[in-house]
Amino acid sequence: MNEPALLAPVTPRTAVRPHLVADQVSAWFGDHQVLEDITLTVHNSTVTALIGPSGCGKSTFLRILNRMHEMVPGASLAGRVLLDGEDIYERRVRPTDVRRTVGMVFQKANPFPAMSIADNVVAGLLITGRKTADKDALIERSLRRAGLWKEVENRLRTPAGTLSGGQQQRLCIARALAVDPEVLLMDEPCSALDPTSTRRVEETISEISHEVSVVIVTHNMQQAARVSQRCAFFLAEDGEPGRIVEQGQTYGVFNSPTDPRTADYVAGRFG
Amino acid sequence: MTAPTARRRRTDRWNADTVSQLVAAGVGAVSLTWVLSARVLPIGRVAEAALFGMVTFVVLYGVCVASSDSWFAARDRVAAALFTIAGLLLFAALVAVVSFTAVRGYQAVLHINFWTETTATTGPADPLTKGGVLAALVGTLEQVGIAALVSVPLGLATAVYLNEVGGRLARTVRTVIDAMSAVPGIVAGLFVFAVAVLTLGYSRSGLAAAIALAIEMLPVVTRTGEVVLRLVPEPLREAAYALGSTQWQTVRKVVLPTARTGLVTAVLLGVARVIGETAPVLLTSGFTAELNADPAHGPQVSLPLFIFTEVRFPLDHAISRAFGAALVLLTVVIVLFTAARLLGRKKLS
Ligand SMILES: Nc1ncnc2c1ncn2[C@@H]1O[C@H](COP(=O)(O)OP(=O)(O)OP(=O)(O)O)[C@@H](O)[C@H]1O
Ligand SMILES: [Mg+2]
Repeated sequence: MNEPALLAPVTPRTAVRPHLVADQVSAWFGDHQVLEDITLTVHNSTVTALIGPSGCGKSTFLRILNRMHEMVPGASLAGRVLLDGEDIYERRVRPTDVRRTVGMVFQKANPFPAMSIADNVVAGLLITGRKTADKDALIERSLRRAGLWKEVENRLRTPAGTLSGGQQQRLCIARALAVDPEVLLMDEPCSALDPTSTRRVEETISEISHEVSVVIVTHNMQQAARVSQRCAFFLAEDGEPGRIVEQGQTYGVFNSPTDPRTADYVAGRFG
Repeated sequence: MTAPTARRRRTDRWNADTVSQLVAAGVGAVSLTWVLSARVLPIGRVAEAALFGMVTFVVLYGVCVASSDSWFAARDRVAAALFTIAGLLLFAALVAVVSFTAVRGYQAVLHINFWTETTATTGPADPLTKGGVLAALVGTLEQVGIAALVSVPLGLATAVYLNEVGGRLARTVRTVIDAMSAVPGIVAGLFVFAVAVLTLGYSRSGLAAAIALAIEMLPVVTRTGEVVLRLVPEPLREAAYALGSTQWQTVRKVVLPTARTGLVTAVLLGVARVIGETAPVLLTSGFTAELNADPAHGPQVSLPLFIFTEVRFPLDHAISRAFGAALVLLTVVIVLFTAARLLGRKKLS
């Protein structure tokens, strides 16, 4: 097996260090516990894939990493999430600052329909009222990073709703990149996309992963193998909260899993 | 292959069968109604005959479809026919109201003085070449304008509170707003009259009327606005939060712009509710035939009040003036709604 993602990176990376660390995280919706004792390290400039069957808490975990979990009424959690060593659930940390640093791309593309394509890209700045020296340059750079520039450069002023589904998803990626996050969380970003758009998004992920730490949830094992360097397998057994069964180098998890359940899952034997 | 081009197949319902069934039922209903109303039943008036004809038509149509198709199809078509008739009746009623007003009122509005003069020096019996609705038009615009100025920001803010903030208190507020929307106009008028005029000692004025109108307008704007805001998809709010925005920024820059056209509708429904209101105005604005552009002092006439006053004279010219004023009111509504729709159009930066 020759996985390109596992070859030495093209550009030299800064030394790999823990960037975002989940430490013994548990989560509840009301009285229903959905995650237990999740400890996971996201290294900088690395793509980390979260895999596992439906309903095992991957999205919940992802939303804990940028404090979106608490937006759900009745949701609660335990444990710590350290961003560069600092707990983001510390009292004095503002959730808005966390979300600006840890960006998010959702499963379903959700561009703002009342804004043009260009405005969608810089929506993070427009909404939070921050200024930038050169907006047009930022728009172009973000769209290029998301692999969308060529397709939209002549229609930047048209409403975002006129784009195709795949283009909208890449627009959302551009929007998330424009606020310059350090970590990007992606929840099944390709599940509604065709193979070509999926390719483009995967290329995008590979490119941005030199500067941004990416955490991606995916149900597509090939995709996980293609884009990620590290991987964590989540599983919620009957009536139990979700736990991490196995984590480590993607190559290792896929080719020599230590847990039989992981072996079954990555081989497509259940889930 | 003999056919050079493919023949397109018709998949719509308007095939020969449907048309013949409709025609058969129509002819049958008209004849039956005619025979019965002329010979047998005591239905002399057009309205009764039309009602009878419609019922007969629906029944015959169902029988026609059932005999050539199935009962199942008949049920479906009868339901479709009933809904179509309901829609047409409603439309006919609207056309009737507007055209009746237009026919009775057009003579008055054709005179230029109708738009530029007041009835201050005109008696009810004077010809249409004297007097006009200027004072009433100014009064209506000012009173509704002030009412909107008060209740639109307040109503939209409340709608945002109910939908975006929520909580236990929100349920109480919603109940109060619902109760407010059930308050009849005359009660709102009485309330303002009792508080402002009797208790606080202010004189009747356009401002007092505007407050009564605002009380009526507020629940409409709030509840409609709330429904419209609820239609904004949750993923858009999540996207905004994920970019690091606060709740206020999300509401301001994402929720409100997305709901813009709907919010314009909410405001329009509020204006529509009060612009023709007579009862609250009757108690609070006082009456004067003179032009009073100052809503804060002295009595002020408005279009509904003008109509109410003129139409009570048993004189042709006065009644013509009343219908003319009604026509002006309709025009004002149309102009306002068109302007608001144009403003509410989505425009991108
Ligand atoms: N808003 C919520 N309220 C209550 N329970 C919830 C809520 N969201 C998720 N859950 C529950 O939490 C558990 C984990 O859900 P989550 O969405 O994290 O799963 P997932 O691993 O992302 O699944 P999928 O792969 O289908 O997206 C599920 O049992 C789900 O029913
Ligand atoms: Mg999920």
